[in-house]
Amino acid sequence: MSGPAPALALRGVTVRYGDVVALEEVDLTVGAGEACGLVGVNGSGKSTLFRAAVGLVRPVAGTVEVLGGSVERARRAGLVAYVPQADDLDRDFPVDVADVVLMGRYHLMGRRRRPRPADRAAVAAALERVGLADLADRQVGRLSGGQRQRVLLARALAQEARLLLLDEPFTGVDAASEAAVTAVLRDLVADGCTLVVSTHDLTMLPALCARAALLHRRVLAEGPTAEVLTPDNLARTFGLDPPEAP
Amino acid sequence: MTPVVLAARAVPAAWWDLLVEPWGYGFMQRALLVTVVASVVAALLSCWLVLIGWSLMGDAVSHAVLPGVVLAYLLGVPFAAGAFLFGVGAVALIGWVRATSRVKEDAAIGVVFTTVFAVGVVLVSVTPSQVDLSHILFGNVLGVSDADVWQVVVLGAVAAAVLVLRRRDLTLYAFDRVHAQVIGLPVRRIGVLLLGLLAVSVVVALQAVGVILAVAMLITPGATAYLLTDRIWRMLWVAPAIAAGCAVVGVWASYALDVASAGLVVVCQGLAFGAAYVTARVRHRRAARAGRPGKALAARR
Ligand SMILES: Nc1ncnc2c1ncn2[C@@H]1O[C@H](COP(=O)(O)OP(=O)(O)OP(=O)(O)O)[C@@H](O)[C@H]1O
Ligand SMILES: [Mg+2]
Repeated sequence: MSGPAPALALRGVTVRYGDVVALEEVDLTVGAGEACGLVGVNGSGKSTLFRAAVGLVRPVAGTVEVLGGSVERARRAGLVAYVPQADDLDRDFPVDVADVVLMGRYHLMGRRRRPRPADRAAVAAALERVGLADLADRQVGRLSGGQRQRVLLARALAQEARLLLLDEPFTGVDAASEAAVTAVLRDLVADGCTLVVSTHDLTMLPALCARAALLHRRVLAEGPTAEVLTPDNLARTFGLDPPEAP
Repeated sequence: MTPVVLAARAVPAAWWDLLVEPWGYGFMQRALLVTVVASVVAALLSCWLVLIGWSLMGDAVSHAVLPGVVLAYLLGVPFAAGAFLFGVGAVALIGWVRATSRVKEDAAIGVVFTTVFAVGVVLVSVTPSQVDLSHILFGNVLGVSDADVWQVVVLGAVAAAVLVLRRRDLTLYAFDRVHAQVIGLPVRRIGVLLLGLLAVSVVVALQAVGVILAVAMLITPGATAYLLTDRIWRMLWVAPAIAAGCAVVGVWASYALDVASAGLVVVCQGLAFGAAYVTARVRHRRAARAGRPGKALAARR
């Protein structure tokens, strides 16, 4: 192989939850510095693919490689940022927005996680980028769903990761914020970051992702976004029954 | 006029005597030191236990140490060693039962700790009278020896130091374990650390208030602080401060009223919780009336 290692490479990955097969022999390669959209119906395995990429589920077959090494190595180095789909975080938890964003940097801080000026600056910059600078001191529960989503995005930004995995980041985000978040993500890609975004929203996809993959337990199609999002392919992806149906 | 003036002077003097007199005794000084140290350590830990939802775990560990304490007395080893061993063992057993069966966590905790506690009760009943069950169950803080005091102070200081130094990791663990794991923090080790500190805190607390009431010290101060503030760093000041205050008042009042100090300390903590609850309700009402739901804290429903 030539050139830099892909940011994310799944080879023949099968993931099961008990007897539910969530992913079946998935092959997917996302090159370094690319932005890839992951498209599929409910239950097609998008979240599972992300969870496999950060080591939260272990495939029963196949290999996952992240930034040229194992999932474990990338995880230890904090190279991957993951923003889950619907966070089930405690809304009453007594921390403020800036505290949560700072948690994105704990792996970069000393053992006591005492923030240095650089850490505070990174937190402020991340909040600025997602447009939440004026809510830094607010308790995390007292935010709208869209604002919370942006707090978690800010945490991912503060992490200084090389690979960003965003699971449906635009649910509950209004059009103005979606445009702002899209701009932030495009800047990141321009800076050399790799991005994988799952979504149902096909209108925003071409603006953000040069490549796309259609997922339905297996990868149905993968390539440049315009070539992948053909009516034919979409009919195959969305016209299918949910994968768990017999 | 003169007698009235004299009486007015004499009353404060009597009060002053009653306030100061108890601390002249060595046993009261030791009782105060042990209770304050135990309260502060348990209060710090309680902040995270309350946030994670591990209150029942505190209950479990504090009860499960009973056979350890009895065996330690019988074998003549420091009771802390036996208590710690059984506390940690119970936690491990709970985790194992939960992970390897379909029994949910609360049931696993309930089964394990009551069984281990019952083993302790049986052990007490078959041992000769040198083990005083009521001292283990309800504490015997007025009778602690210098060696006990040292044990409590050293263990308490170590536990408090670790809690304070690792507070940010513990808070992240309580808030978002998935994220902690994704950025490569040793999540399992943080969990084990927390449970280990729980066992140490129980060992310290049971010297002050005994097995039965130790769990109160591991829940109430954190819950109280949680009602009063919505920032963890403030909770970590408020909880130990309230707990220390309750320790002083409780130990003193137990002398003044000649009643059990362990009970009074815990009653004080309960009263503080009640006061915090009322404060939170009033604050919430006022904020709601002023149309500032953003300022309303805790006690929502
Ligand atoms: N924890 C779980 N236990 C058992 N089955 C699960 C679990 N999580 C997901 N599944 C199953 O795995 C399959 C893939 O789920 P996954 O959450 O990855 O889909 P998704 O594409 O993210 O769906 P959505 O669009 O609804 O978010 C589904 O059939 C789902 O029912
Ligand atoms: Mg999903």
